[in-house]
Amino acid sequence: MWRTTWRSLLAHKLRLALSGLAIVLGVAFVVGTLIFTDTLSKTFNELFESTAADVNVTRAAAFDQGLEGTGTGGTATYVPADLVDEIADVEGVAAVEGSVQAEGVYILDADGEVLDTGGAPGIGVSWDTEESLSPTTLVDGRAATAPDEIMIDTNSAEETGYRVGDTITVLTPGPRVEAELVGTFRFGDEGGLAGASLTAFDMTTAQELLTAPGQFTGIGVGAADGVDPGELADRVAAAVGPDYDVKTASEQAESLSADFSEALQFINIFLLVFAGIALFVGTFIILNTFSMLVAQRTRELALLRALGASRGQVSRSVLGEALVVGIVGSTVGLAAGYGIAAGLRALFGSFGLTLDGSLVLAGDTVLWGYAVGVLVTLVSAYVPARRAARMPPVAAMRDDVVTVQRGLRRRTAVGAVLAAVGLAALVGGTLSDDGGTGASLVGLGALALILGATALSPVLARPFLRSVGALLPRVWGTTGRLAQENAVRNPRRTAATASALMIGLALVSAFSVIGASTNASIDKLIAGSVRAEFVVSSAVGLPFSPDVAEQVGDVDGVASVMPLRWGQAQLDGQTTFLTAVEPDRLARTIELTWVDGSAEGLGGDGVIVDQPTAEGRGWAVGDPVEVLTLDNREQQLTVSGIFESNQVIGSTVISLGTLAGAGGVDQDRFLFVDLDDGVSTADVRPQLDEVLAAYPIVDLKDQTEFQDEQKGQVDQLLLLINAMLVLSVLIAALGIVNTLAMSVIERTREIGLLRAVGLGRAQLRRMVRLEAVVISIYGAVLGLVLGTLFGVALSRSLADQGITELAVPVPRMVVFLLVAAVIGVLAAVGPARRAARLKVLDAIAQT
Amino acid sequence: MTLPGSTSAAPPAARGRSLTKVFGAGDTRVVALDGVDVDFDRGRFTAIMGPSGSGKSTLMHCMAGLDSVTEGQAFIGDVDLSSLDDKALTVLRRDRVGFVFQAFNLLPTLTALENITLPMDIAGRKPDQAWLDRVIDTVGLRERLAHRPTELSGGQQQRVACARALAGRPDIVFADEPTGNLDSRSGADVLDFLRSSVRTMDQTVVMVTHDPNAAGYADRVLFLADGRIVDEMADPTAERVLERLKAFDPADDRSADGGAASRAGVR
Repeated sequence: MWRTTWRSLLAHKLRLALSGLAIVLGVAFVVGTLIFTDTLSKTFNELFESTAADVNVTRAAAFDQGLEGTGTGGTATYVPADLVDEIADVEGVAAVEGSVQAEGVYILDADGEVLDTGGAPGIGVSWDTEESLSPTTLVDGRAATAPDEIMIDTNSAEETGYRVGDTITVLTPGPRVEAELVGTFRFGDEGGLAGASLTAFDMTTAQELLTAPGQFTGIGVGAADGVDPGELADRVAAAVGPDYDVKTASEQAESLSADFSEALQFINIFLLVFAGIALFVGTFIILNTFSMLVAQRTRELALLRALGASRGQVSRSVLGEALVVGIVGSTVGLAAGYGIAAGLRALFGSFGLTLDGSLVLAGDTVLWGYAVGVLVTLVSAYVPARRAARMPPVAAMRDDVVTVQRGLRRRTAVGAVLAAVGLAALVGGTLSDDGGTGASLVGLGALALILGATALSPVLARPFLRSVGALLPRVWGTTGRLAQENAVRNPRRTAATASALMIGLALVSAFSVIGASTNASIDKLIAGSVRAEFVVSSAVGLPFSPDVAEQVGDVDGVASVMPLRWGQAQLDGQTTFLTAVEPDRLARTIELTWVDGSAEGLGGDGVIVDQPTAEGRGWAVGDPVEVLTLDNREQQLTVSGIFESNQVIGSTVISLGTLAGAGGVDQDRFLFVDLDDGVSTADVRPQLDEVLAAYPIVDLKDQTEFQDEQKGQVDQLLLLINAMLVLSVLIAALGIVNTLAMSVIERTREIGLLRAVGLGRAQLRRMVRLEAVVISIYGAVLGLVLGTLFGVALSRSLADQGITELAVPVPRMVVFLLVAAVIGVLAAVGPARRAARLKVLDAIAQT
Repeated sequence: MTLPGSTSAAPPAARGRSLTKVFGAGDTRVVALDGVDVDFDRGRFTAIMGPSGSGKSTLMHCMAGLDSVTEGQAFIGDVDLSSLDDKALTVLRRDRVGFVFQAFNLLPTLTALENITLPMDIAGRKPDQAWLDRVIDTVGLRERLAHRPTELSGGQQQRVACARALAGRPDIVFADEPTGNLDSRSGADVLDFLRSSVRTMDQTVVMVTHDPNAAGYADRVLFLADGRIVDEMADPTAERVLERLKAFDPADDRSADGGAASRAGVR
């Protein structure tokens, strides 16, 4: 039987290649994702392992902050200088040196613009004099030893074009610093910083700018020859006491990468979800391809049965073909996946996350690639294979092969049940009080609805194509009529082809609805709650010096400036992200809708929270809240107000004073600028721009600009998601090509007849094209309807997360519909040409 | 070669001059038509017969503009087919030629009526309703116009095909073994219809067949062998045709004794 399998493979090269392409794309995406995340992990692990000191001492945090804690530590991270002497006395210590490291140091390029780190931090450090303890290596020039001397990492030097001897400017958490670049250095072995920039100062300057005189953020300890780092760490820990974390280099790398792998996991899952969608869509195409191959070979397969092949042999021969297609597809997919990983690296690189070094192709990745590719192909081919086995031998004797159209009753029943369950879950999720449960309910409902719609789509195809498709004959006459009839002819096939597109477009349009609703909510939120005429901030919420607020405050016409900072603390035993504001100026810059209490108590030991938080924690106005600060001090605050959820200010708000007392960083994230009455924004803008020119890390935005900026972030995310979904749409397009190619082959005689009785080549091409268009529009309409449903349901269920408005971007939906039509036209190019090229006589003579 | 039957005043509906068709080259070179001159007069029912491989189907295909000739000229009316490109040929087939094939004549997605008017629909022309009614009544399918081909018997399907061929009032109808797949009763219906279309509706029909009975319905029979017209017979009867066929060289293993060999050759 293997020989017949093999022959059949060769005979249907093109069609199998098309369905193989679906596998290639799916596998490539899975493999690309795995390679990329492996590479990402490798880069970061190398980064973390670059700590050269055998043992590191840092201030023990009162609680685990996770990665979010980066940059919100402040004085809580300080390590006093006298600890160095204590450690030096510990037995087995060969070297010890304190160091300073903090965020908020940005290098300005020659044009005065901030060196783009793409959201990665700009880090300032002290230059370690003890080489054995330093993760950095001097590459060019010399060490900085004076306040007017500075060093930067080689990556940053390369990007800015600065050379040793240049005078450069950096922004720090304190003042702007202009200094001579005296040296460049490499971080770790390969210099990989994942986009972050490093600036080094001499110790005194670093402490002045980043911490305080006599305060380090960490102490590196070198072990004497023959001393085990683990033992040394134990001894150091005993000497410094419980207020400090003492970790060996490997422990530190481990804990850092553990924190980080959680974040990586997210990227991994995010990407794999799209790979899964692509494979799911691919399943339809493979199923379709094999169904058609089996249908076409009815006589051949029946002949095999008549000649004595068993059912098992027949179905195995079909599955054998699938196996070969799966293996070949996975192999090509593996290679293509490597390309995708390179593409992802470039993509993330353009966002500033630079990954150096080679891509990591792990054995697991190869295994997964094959497992997924082969399995999906076999599963998709299973149904057609079983159908092939059931072929009665007598079918071989029949002159004209009629592909039996099985009833759709069971499908209708299953589909209706699934759709009903899905709808119920959708409605349930929308009505649910709890945003989290609601969203997952909506997700489940969406899945059930998609499956239900897939099952129902052959049933719906006929009425749809009869009604909407009726336009075709009206516009294109007979050609349109023929196209319409062809599309209706095999509703299962049409539906399976359209389903692939349906899924892609359902997701795209769902995200569009959510995106549009989010943007509408942002508009309403900012217009309704930001009273300040201007907002000063960096695009991604990077911290900046309080000097900015001071200088902005000095501008004529500015009534007040309210800074907004971020911090972290444990509130009633739960790590909480905090926003800190100036209580007196809050009311003039941000308008909150109060549910209970007010902002009045905020000045003292008050904390105000939004309604969902209050409900979640069971807090009411007047309740005490136990606070554990990062530097391990306990404190009590009182809930003094509960307001309606407001994304501008966050969920848990304290005063700047309280934050400073809890060891927060003295760096602002946002400034809300309130102008004097009667002063227009145009009046003060030039002066404000002038002041802010010295701080290119921040931008001045009026309300509209602020709205646009916030919406821009949503749009960017949406763009990223849609870019990923393009893959599934691409696979869907392949499916249309496949279906059309096969139906052209199936209808060779019909085409011959049509040509004989006078259908021109152009008309024939149009017929094939219109069929493709009508199928894609069917898929698109199903997808848009479902997607809008999902989007609306999800937006509603997230209402208390800030998506208060509901917006359906109708123009965008129309564009999607047009794009689907274009996809149909493009998919039809090959098959249409093939049909038009058929020689009339050959086509008629074909049996 | 001007044949005795073509001396009428009106120009022929179609004619071929020195038609030569060569397939392949070198060792596989086959001369299917070897300098054939032929006229098909208006209002006449011509049958083309001959052993398989004699070139009868090729002659029909070349005359109908379905295939190109290697040398010589084929005319429909005054139009030289070799001067036309694919587009013009398609239009010519659509507007001036009717076709009936042995099998698979109808589009399964269209009703009988839609199949009948298909060439005119493609052209975007309104059918001549009176003529259409006459054709439909003559084939006797008025009751079944809304049915799809799968709901019709083989004979009915062929009659629909005939109606389609005639519905556009073509200059000439080419029928390629129209009864090849039918039982004798249904075949007779189809042939009756073709003959009456010539006799009462003044149409011109050319039919390729291997069946002496079918040829007996024609006004004239042309006999082909080895790519040449070797004989012709006016007002044939089935018996005379059969006699004539027997006269073909019996030593020739392609000799036409009707039946399977000839039929396979057509397909």
